Amino acid sequence: MSHPLLSIQGLTKRYPGVVANSEVTFDIGEGEVHALLGENGAGKSTLVKAIYGLIRPNEGRMLWRGQPYAPGAPAQARATGVAMVFQHFSLFDAMDVAENVALGMDNPPPIRELAARITEVSNTYGLPLDPGRMVGDLSAGERQRVEIIRCLLQNPQLLIMDEPTSVLTPQEVEILFRTLRQLRSEGKSILYISHKLEEIRALCENATVLRHGKVVGRADPRQESARSLAEMMVGQTLHVPSRRREAPGRPLLQVENLSLAPQTAFGTALKGVNLVVRAGEILGIGGVAGNGQDELLSALSGELRAAPAAIRMDGAPVGSYGPTARRAMGLLCAPEERLGHAAAPDMSLIENALLTGAWREKLVRNGFVNWGKARDFAEKVILRFDVRTPGSHVAARALSGGNLQKFVIGREILQRPSVLVVNQPTWGVDASAAAAIRQALLDLAQAGAALVVISQDLDELLEVADNFAALNGGRLSAPRPVPGLTMDQIGLMLGGAEGDSDVAA
Amino acid sequence: MLRLEKRPSPSQAWNYATPVLAVALTMVAGGLLFLALGKNPFEAIRLIFWDPLFSEQFGAYSRPQLLIKAGPLILIAVGLSIGFRAGIWNIGAEGQYIIGAMCAAAMALAFYPTESVLVFPLMIAAGAFGGWAWAMIPAILKTRFNTNEILVSLLLVYVAEKLLAAAATGFMRNPQGAGFPGSRNINAYGSASNMELIANTGLHWGGVAAFIAVIFAYVLLQRHILGFHVRLAGQAPRAAKFAGVAPTRLVVMCLGLSGAFAGMAGMFEVSGPARLISIDFNAGYGFTAIIVAFLGRLHPVGILLAGFLLALTYIGGELAQFMLGIPGAAIQVFQGMLLFFLLALDILSNYRVRLALPAQKGEAR
Repeated sequence: MSHPLLSIQGLTKRYPGVVANSEVTFDIGEGEVHALLGENGAGKSTLVKAIYGLIRPNEGRMLWRGQPYAPGAPAQARATGVAMVFQHFSLFDAMDVAENVALGMDNPPPIRELAARITEVSNTYGLPLDPGRMVGDLSAGERQRVEIIRCLLQNPQLLIMDEPTSVLTPQEVEILFRTLRQLRSEGKSILYISHKLEEIRALCENATVLRHGKVVGRADPRQESARSLAEMMVGQTLHVPSRRREAPGRPLLQVENLSLAPQTAFGTALKGVNLVVRAGEILGIGGVAGNGQDELLSALSGELRAAPAAIRMDGAPVGSYGPTARRAMGLLCAPEERLGHAAAPDMSLIENALLTGAWREKLVRNGFVNWGKARDFAEKVILRFDVRTPGSHVAARALSGGNLQKFVIGREILQRPSVLVVNQPTWGVDASAAAAIRQALLDLAQAGAALVVISQDLDELLEVADNFAALNGGRLSAPRPVPGLTMDQIGLMLGGAEGDSDVAA
Repeated sequence: MLRLEKRPSPSQAWNYATPVLAVALTMVAGGLLFLALGKNPFEAIRLIFWDPLFSEQFGAYSRPQLLIKAGPLILIAVGLSIGFRAGIWNIGAEGQYIIGAMCAAAMALAFYPTESVLVFPLMIAAGAFGGWAWAMIPAILKTRFNTNEILVSLLLVYVAEKLLAAAATGFMRNPQGAGFPGSRNINAYGSASNMELIANTGLHWGGVAAFIAVIFAYVLLQRHILGFHVRLAGQAPRAAKFAGVAPTRLVVMCLGLSGAFAGMAGMFEVSGPARLISIDFNAGYGFTAIIVAFLGRLHPVGILLAGFLLALTYIGGELAQFMLGIPGAAIQVFQGMLLFFLLALDILSNYRVRLALPAQKGEAR
């Protein structure tokens, strides 16, 4: 058979005012792991949505083993043999694994039968999963397994995976890769979307690079370096974040025995968190989402209150202060959730600049807002952090994730914090924007601020942080200096093996 | 198939066009309703929207009525809209209006018959305080015990009505009223009287207060950080907490403000058009103001226009009842249609309507 499994020919999708895909052409062969590379907004999502039948292209055609293929709905795509694991899971916390799997199937068998098949598939592919467990109790990696098994039960020929490793620990990534390699050896094809170039080099034999909706390059990732791939993606030479490391100064942020009860039924309690960050120092906090990252940020930002002495800013107890008072002292934060937490989706960038900048930037006088000054501040952030937007009057939700993230981080950095806490600073952000954000964080530390960077991206933490600690089940491991830290040690810390007994000084 | 697609940002054009379109559709649907009742729809619509303002026969009486009716509606609706913007639902303005009127009347009766320029301002303060205090009940219950302010504020309306009846027949009854229910005529007590300020316009101090409230709310929402926090809390509660807005303080502020405005409206009514505390003193302004607030897009200037429009349908509705014998219930349906069409059309500002091929329905969003 000379026909590839899926051949995409001249695919074009236009939205009002923007061409998401333009004349995209590439083939996925049988048993091939094909990488789809591109910055945010390059058109990767639109393309896979077309393959999965969620949208219809305006022009071009697709051939499935030489036969015309034009799915009108995902059910049709699934019937053909296409399955997709989304970046954001669509699972119900309060139902068990088997029930969740059944919900995503077109013709689910009886639950008992299904549970047996889940166990069977999970054993075959080395993805341990108990069909009777509540999804709310599962880790992010286990949740992903639910989605993958849901796909595998349909016995697909082509599996589409959108950023699958962004929520996994290194050990979980290894398990996932073993599964994917096994699938390949069975002759199944995988379309793999990721911005982690090292993974693509380890896993894929072909890569198609998209930029501005067009195919700008094809490569064999094994022959390229991560840097050359990134430059192909961005279309320019990449800047590698750098800084001089200096001896840290006095402790600016001290957290002592911080404990908080969970806020919701599926929230995480913080248990005796201790940390110290000195001037000019970056503490990286790793861990899989849902282990208390959100809670830690809220406790530091002042949204959740603690005992006064549990949190100290430059020696002064601030645990009982609210967000405004903490900001006034120079403790600024950038939460993970951009829309709805860090920014109000339906408000303009000017209003969102006012959201945290009101007092430090003196945008308010006697209670009255100086909108002109607020606009100037918003435009300064837009300019300095290269936020792509038609203007400062645009609603936050109209911006792409990466651009809004640049705005949110820039908004805090331009307020000259003495302590900055960021949660997932480059989540879903394209490579060049991520590099710019990391550089800005490094520059801020260089200028003498103390930083806490909470992230699931270990490469990122190892790149920027001086010390590394892991959050697991609301407990923070003792921080360790990054130089000399091995992946194995990190894996153990993330798994919570490094006990909470050894407490940071 | 028609399909709705969320707009990246709300359409400003539709935002302004929908109220106009809603009024037009109400006229069409209302006309059909009147036709079904065997009345001439064109005459009925003319009686409701045109004659109160421009008819030689009725205009002289109706035109002043417009300001008299619109004043309290606007004053109450402006107060409510600030809370609604923050997602705090005070449905009990009617009760706060009654208690405000009673407190103001009590203040006037305490001074009666002393003549002093201080009486009227003190009555305003008492009215505002009464409404504020009545609104503090749902506010404290919500912040302390997390009760639902919609239910508590609504049910307190019925408590206020009982208190009103008790006052009119008992502790506030006119000692010289020959045993009839109702207080002294406050309008006739010089120092406490809320007089028409310009003859034959219907403008009294309540109308002035309504205009001031519109300006106040506009400045608060557009220029003041508190107004920004109100809007922020309504649109993105988590972002508001992150910005440092204390939800408790916001609930107390919004309920207190809307209560005080409603209480003031009650004060101007009892000392003016209503003249005294009677069993049937409250005429539903507090509930109608909710329609006015939404019809006016929760925007102070919109509320100003909506207040006049709704006052017009009241006066015109009475006229149509009187002239054509259209049942009162049909007029209420007509007013209800206005809110219905407005809320239904609201979808156009946030969504784009698209014609889609049948194949694309189902799982395609």
